[in-house]
Amino acid sequence: MAILSEDEARSLMKRALSFSKADECAISLNGSESGNIRYARNSVSTSGNINQISMSISSAFGKKLGITTVNEFDDASLEKAVRDAEELAHLAPENPEYMPMMGPQEFGPPSRTFEQSTADITPKQRTDLVAASLQVAKDNKLTAAGFLQNTSGFNSVLNSRGLFAYTKFSDINFSATLKTADGKGSGYATRDYEALADMDTLKFTKIAAQKATGSNGARAIEPGKYTVILEPAAGIVLLENLYGSLDQRSADEGRSFLSKKDGGTKLGEKIVDERVTIYSDPRHPGLPTFTWSGDGQPQVKRTWIEKGVVKTLFNSRYWAAKKGVEPVPYPGGVVMEGGTQTLAELIKGTEKGILVTRLWYIREVDPQTLLYTGLTRDGTFYIENGEIKFPIKNFRFNESPVIMLNNLDALGIPERTVSAESNSSAIIPPMRIRDFTFSSLSDAV
Amino acid sequence: MGVGASMLSRIPVFGSPIDAQVALERIDPALKKRMADVALNAARSKGATYTDVRIGRYLNQYVITREDKVQNVVNTQSYGMGIRVLANGCWGFAALDKLDNDSIAKAAGIAVAIAKENARIQSEPVILAPQKGYGEVSWKAPIERNAFEVPIKEKTDLLLAVNAAAMKNGANYISSNMFLVNEQKYFASSDGSYIDQDIHRIWPTFSITKIDPKTGKFASRNALSAPRGMGYEYLMPRESDKIKGAPTTLYRDRYDMLEDATVGAVQVGQKMAAKSVEAGKYDLILDPSHLWLTIHESVGHPTELDRVLGYEANFAGTSFLTLDKWESKKFNFGSKNVNIVADKLQPGSLGAVGYDDEGVKCGQWDLIKDGVLVNYQTIRDQAHILGLNASQGCCYADNWSDVQFQRMPNVSLQPGKTPLVPADMIKNVEKGIYIIGDSSFSIDQQRYNFQFSGQLYYEIKDGKIVGMLNDVAYQANTQEFWNSCAAVADKSDYRLGGSFFDGKGQPEQVSAVSHGSSTAHFKGVNVINTARKI
Repeated sequence: MAILSEDEARSLMKRALSFSKADECAISLNGSESGNIRYARNSVSTSGNINQISMSISSAFGKKLGITTVNEFDDASLEKAVRDAEELAHLAPENPEYMPMMGPQEFGPPSRTFEQSTADITPKQRTDLVAASLQVAKDNKLTAAGFLQNTSGFNSVLNSRGLFAYTKFSDINFSATLKTADGKGSGYATRDYEALADMDTLKFTKIAAQKATGSNGARAIEPGKYTVILEPAAGIVLLENLYGSLDQRSADEGRSFLSKKDGGTKLGEKIVDERVTIYSDPRHPGLPTFTWSGDGQPQVKRTWIEKGVVKTLFNSRYWAAKKGVEPVPYPGGVVMEGGTQTLAELIKGTEKGILVTRLWYIREVDPQTLLYTGLTRDGTFYIENGEIKFPIKNFRFNESPVIMLNNLDALGIPERTVSAESNSSAIIPPMRIRDFTFSSLSDAV
Repeated sequence: MGVGASMLSRIPVFGSPIDAQVALERIDPALKKRMADVALNAARSKGATYTDVRIGRYLNQYVITREDKVQNVVNTQSYGMGIRVLANGCWGFAALDKLDNDSIAKAAGIAVAIAKENARIQSEPVILAPQKGYGEVSWKAPIERNAFEVPIKEKTDLLLAVNAAAMKNGANYISSNMFLVNEQKYFASSDGSYIDQDIHRIWPTFSITKIDPKTGKFASRNALSAPRGMGYEYLMPRESDKIKGAPTTLYRDRYDMLEDATVGAVQVGQKMAAKSVEAGKYDLILDPSHLWLTIHESVGHPTELDRVLGYEANFAGTSFLTLDKWESKKFNFGSKNVNIVADKLQPGSLGAVGYDDEGVKCGQWDLIKDGVLVNYQTIRDQAHILGLNASQGCCYADNWSDVQFQRMPNVSLQPGKTPLVPADMIKNVEKGIYIIGDSSFSIDQQRYNFQFSGQLYYEIKDGKIVGMLNDVAYQANTQEFWNSCAAVADKSDYRLGGSFFDGKGQPEQVSAVSHGSSTAHFKGVNVINTARKI
């Protein structure tokens, strides 16, 4: 029941809409089935299976909006839910920023967000995938902790002005941390895909195992400014705070790193190195995402930063109308262009530097400069004369992605990665950065 | 891993929107007992050796405003059942929101099947501490005014008045919000417990922003409120709950939002004019509105036994407080002034409940006694590791759809026993910073190295506050920091801080937890300057 077809979803939403007496009414219907296994100390710990479906009904009279929900879909339940939403709308205060609902939209060809193989995963398959990961730990005398989750479902929306959108999706997410028996070495790997076939838990756990063994016996070096190579899993957690902050309203209001003194914004200005180009594309074959945003706007390919210049800011439909510009939804499916070097070649071309495989506990320190703090984790290495010389202890950093991308030295081949902070995926190159600011040492492994 | 990154942007909309009136209707415990018995019987017949059932109705209300506008009023509810079983010595779990008998029995079967499948790859069979059944019992949070019964208009009127006060006093922007939570939780287990609980939480907050168009600089000042396990009475100011005399008025168990916004709008202007801190060593005087977060990250998390054992190694991390340090009975966590207590009962706190989410009656115990590590936080399948024959009652799930696991109780620094107030502490400081309110925070995965910022920084020179500072963050090692604790103010200064959004687990779950303290003095802490140019 949790995954309805496009026809089933449309038909159910139309039924609900037929009861509406409001000026405008929008129905959204979402369902999902999900299973997971968590493991630690080389043994399974918890697991889960979650099955849910719900319909949300938004009814508006003028600029007054009421929202209600229902998960019983007989006529009586649907009609009661619609009446409840309308009653709530009558009671609600007027929202001056309310925007009329959109009519039919053209979303173009679909994006491949759903793979049947992931929807069909059984508890036994999940256990087998985790068993493969645990075997790597046992073979290497390491201790594994990890998580595997598969989800499949659908999101759909229909409104009284004729807007309709429906997308099925699937997702399989895996992460593993391996530690040496004495706890002095630690390695991590994480991946997120649509299709089961891409999720090679054996291969990815081996990467974590290599880092765990290689990071054993880390030495302390002085904090300070260093050339760093950020692997994609490390880079994404800083970059997502850059492209996630390209908000027009806060820039216009003077409270963004994109605001300029005496008013105005940095839209159209070069803010980072000219080798930096960041775009989003819902139909990128390596990272398919929804072709519509949560409020039903089409998601199209958009360039956010081109050759270091800010080209696009996202905004709400209200703010776009107020400013007389086109509405632009928040990006999904972000890609940062890169170079042609492999990670190994980037290391080979480094005289002195630090290889960072993961950054963690990222928090904003100053929104004015987009300054963030956080720490390295699960494998940090000292590079000299093009070779990894030895593992080093973890550092705390204080750095801004804007400063970082102005200190860009080289970009490698982009690859799909997933942020361990936000669980969002992006395609990001490994980056070599000059003068990255490490401010103190951490004893953590 | 820690408190949620951007608290306001991470409102946990677990549920789906509902009518406000529906939120006031309650589900009959007799019906919940019948549904729970269906699950208990089905699981037993499929081979479960232990089963617990949680039927949860989670109600949230968010009132969101900015300047002169009510942006949104959202009521959500999430209602469903989570079934946890032990079969072949392994946990299994299934959750559903369609609560007819057939669906419940099917889900119980899935939970058992998952447990049996996973038992293939289990090397450490679950050992549960014994727990007697309590029969049919109930617990209610001792609130004075149910916030869900307060008309929306009363709430929006208050927030719009708060916004107007800030704008009148120099703010360029203000967003103000009210978050309300009511957890109606029913727990039943094959041990013979049927527990009905009613839990309430409230968090009023705001963020004021001021801009200087000439320089392009901007600054913010957030509310000095705390999320609390209380009803709407928290928002009914009472003079006896105000601490005056400090650079700003501070609040105990009642919060004056209008007053705080009025003062805050003036302070944000002062912040912009303040001088940038010179990096170096300072004595820190930390107000409870700030210190709660340092306690949370550097004491609360490393004393979680699941981290110590490695169960969070893949996500939130492990802990430097390893079992050998506890076994030694002399691990010097902090100075003699440091006494830290775990507490699941404290009235008005976020963590207060009668029973935890595996049916264990809650209590209070020491974690750090006279500076020495003496205990951890445990649940039923961990108690045997500490040689305990009962759980400490730290099990929690944020929703019916997620499995319960070890979560932090309220963890609080006990006040000093000799009379001492912050003004007296400041007199003893030659070079220091008095920090009020919480802001940026980050700590490593074993809880050694941390960095924190605040809302208001006051420079102390030769025993006196001489002005405000800007661009302050302090970094320290947990053990060194707590050993530098020179004094804790007495109980007259004791207050609770806390968070709605402590994140941990995979899939990630949030938990609400309070941390109490009086103002405390830390000597010689490393302060960095966070100003940059882009």
